[in-house]
Amino acid sequence: MKRVQLLPIGKVDAELLGGLAALVPDILPVQCEVLPEVLDPAPAFHGERLQYHSSELLRYMARFLRPGAWRLLGVTAVDLYIPILTYVFGEAQLEGPCAIVSYHRLRQEAYGLPADEDLLLDRLLKESVHELAHTGSLLHCEDYQCVMSPSHGAEQIDLKGSRLCAACFRRLNWAAP
Amino acid sequence: MSAQGRLLIVDDELSVRDSLGKWFREEGYDIGIAESASEALTRMAESHWDLALLDIKMHGTDGIELQRRLHEIDPDLVVIMMTGYASVDTAVTALKNGAYDYVSKPLDPDEIAHIVKKALAHRETEKENLRLRETVAEITRPQELVGQSPAMKKVFEAVQTVGPTDATVLITGESGTGKELVVQAIHAASVRRFHPLVAIHCGALTETLLESELFGHEKGSFTGALYRKKGKFELAEGGTVFLDEIGDISLKTQTDLLRVLQEREITRVGGNQVIKVDFRCVAATNKDLEKLIEEGKFRPDLYYRLNVFHIELPALRERREDIPLLAHHFMRKFAQSMNKRISRISPAAMEQLVRQPWQGNVRELENAVERAMVVAQEPELKEQDFFFKAPPLPSSGGRSLEEIERAHILQVLEQCGENQSRAAEVLGIDRVTLYHKLKRYGWSRSAVENR
Repeated sequence: MKRVQLLPIGKVDAELLGGLAALVPDILPVQCEVLPEVLDPAPAFHGERLQYHSSELLRYMARFLRPGAWRLLGVTAVDLYIPILTYVFGEAQLEGPCAIVSYHRLRQEAYGLPADEDLLLDRLLKESVHELAHTGSLLHCEDYQCVMSPSHGAEQIDLKGSRLCAACFRRLNWAAP
Repeated sequence: MSAQGRLLIVDDELSVRDSLGKWFREEGYDIGIAESASEALTRMAESHWDLALLDIKMHGTDGIELQRRLHEIDPDLVVIMMTGYASVDTAVTALKNGAYDYVSKPLDPDEIAHIVKKALAHRETEKENLRLRETVAEITRPQELVGQSPAMKKVFEAVQTVGPTDATVLITGESGTGKELVVQAIHAASVRRFHPLVAIHCGALTETLLESELFGHEKGSFTGALYRKKGKFELAEGGTVFLDEIGDISLKTQTDLLRVLQEREITRVGGNQVIKVDFRCVAATNKDLEKLIEEGKFRPDLYYRLNVFHIELPALRERREDIPLLAHHFMRKFAQSMNKRISRISPAAMEQLVRQPWQGNVRELENAVERAMVVAQEPELKEQDFFFKAPPLPSSGGRSLEEIERAHILQVLEQCGENQSRAAEVLGIDRVTLYHKLKRYGWSRSAVENR
C-alpha cells in the first residue's frame, strides 16, 4: 500500500496530527505515518505580510522525502500565502511528491468563534485529501460534494464532503511520480 | 476549450505569473502567460482567450494601453485589471476603457475566483443574448413582400420611411392585398421589433368581447370573467398593436380606442385602475373610412388619429406585371413545403394567371398556386393544374395592338395548315408582308411539315 508521510512544519498540535494520520486512510487507500522531524518555517516568513510563503516551504520539504514514501504532506499552524493571493489553505505540486496544508484559517477562532476541535479536524482532513489529490493530477471538480470542489473559505470547506466523487476517484493518477 | 475557460495572465513579475497561473490551472482553467504587453499581443494573435488578467503597472506599455490594444483585436475579451496600488483614478480609467472589473494585489482568493467566474458567465449571457436576438429576428422576419411594379415600390418606400418612426399607420386596401405582411414589415423595421406584435381582428368580435380583448378585464367584471385578463394593449408591452378591420368597430369602442390613442392609458373592463401602456398602433381596413365618416359610422377624430401615415395597397389587377413574380415566389414556397421538384410554370399557364381578374388579390393567387402545386406533376406547373373560378378576361385585355396582331396572324396561319399563301389571302395582306412579319415573330414551320 502506498505510504503518505506527514511532516510537521513549526509547532503543530500532535493530537490533531495523529487524528489526521488515522483518518486519511479512511478516504484514500494509503498508509499514513507522522515523521519525527520538524521543518522550521522561519526562512519562508514574510516580514510585512506576517505570513509564510507556501511555495518556498514546498521546496524546503523536498529534503525530508524518504525512499518508499508515495507523498509527503506538510502540516502547519502558520498562515500561508502565495505572492498574488492574500492567503492559501494549502498548496500542492501537481503530479509532484509534496503538498502542504495549513490549519491557521481552518480554526473557528480565526473568525471570532469558539474553538471546535472536531470541526477543525474535519476541515484539515478535507484540505489534506484535497491537496494530496492535486499531487495525483486532479484539478478542481464541479461536484460541490466532492472533496476536489474549490473552497476559498472555511464555509465552502464545510459544505463539501471529505471523499472524492466517483469521477475524480477514477481519474486520480496513482502512478504519478 | 476547457470547461472553465481560457485565461491570459499578463504581469511582469515572475512570481505573480507563476503562482496565479498554477492557482487558476488547479481551478480548471486553460492558462496562458505573458510577461509584457508585446508578448500578450502575440498570445492574442496566436489563439483565442476568454478573459485577460492584466497588471496595470508594467514596464513599457502599461495595462491600460494594453487593454485598449487587446480590445482592438477582440472586443469581446473580458479584461480584469490588477494593481499593487489601490488607485481609484486608474481603476476608473480602466473601467471607462471597458475593463470588466478591477482587483488589488494581493488578490483575495474567494474574490478573484468569484469575479472571474461571474465575468465569464456574464460574457456567456451576452453571447447567448445575441444568439437569441438573432433567432428572434429570424423567426419574426416578415414574409417577403413581393413586387417590382411602381405601385409596390411606393409601398416598400413607405414601409422603409415610416417603419423606424413611432408614427401611427393606417393601411388600406382590398382584402387579400397583403395588409398583414405590411404590418409585419413595419414592426420588423421599428425599434419595437424585439417586443410583441399583437394583432386583433376587430370585425370578428362583438362589441363587449372586443372591449375585453383590447383593454382586458378584472375578475368578476362580467359573467364568465373568472380571472383577471390583460388586454392587447398591455400584452404588446412596448411592441406594436395591429388593429385589423378597424372599419368594423362600434362607435362606443371607437370612443374608447380614441382615448387610448390620445392618453396612452387604459382601464380594464370592470376595473378603475388607470394603467399606462406603451405601444405603436397600426390599423388596417378594406373599407372606405371617409365614406363611413360621411355616413356617421366612423368618428372623424379617430380617423385623423389613425391616419397619421397612410399606406394604400394596390389591388393585384392594378399591378399585373407582378403576377409572374408572385406566382414564381409561391411556386418556390410550396415546392419547398410540399417537397416537390417543380421549378417552372408553363408559358400558357402563366398567360392564364396574368389574365385572371383576381378579385381575392394576392391571397387568391397564392391559393390558386397552392392548389395547382398539389395536383401538378414534376417538373412544371401546367395550365390544366389550375382551376380558375372566374372566366379569363378577353384575350385583348391589357395587350398591345402588336400583340393582338401577332396572335391573330398565328391563329389564322394555324387554321390554314401553316400555308402562308392561303393565310395571307385570309388576312388580306400580301405574301411578302406576311413573310416579314413571321420572320420578326421568330416563327418557323412545325416539325411535322418539315419532314
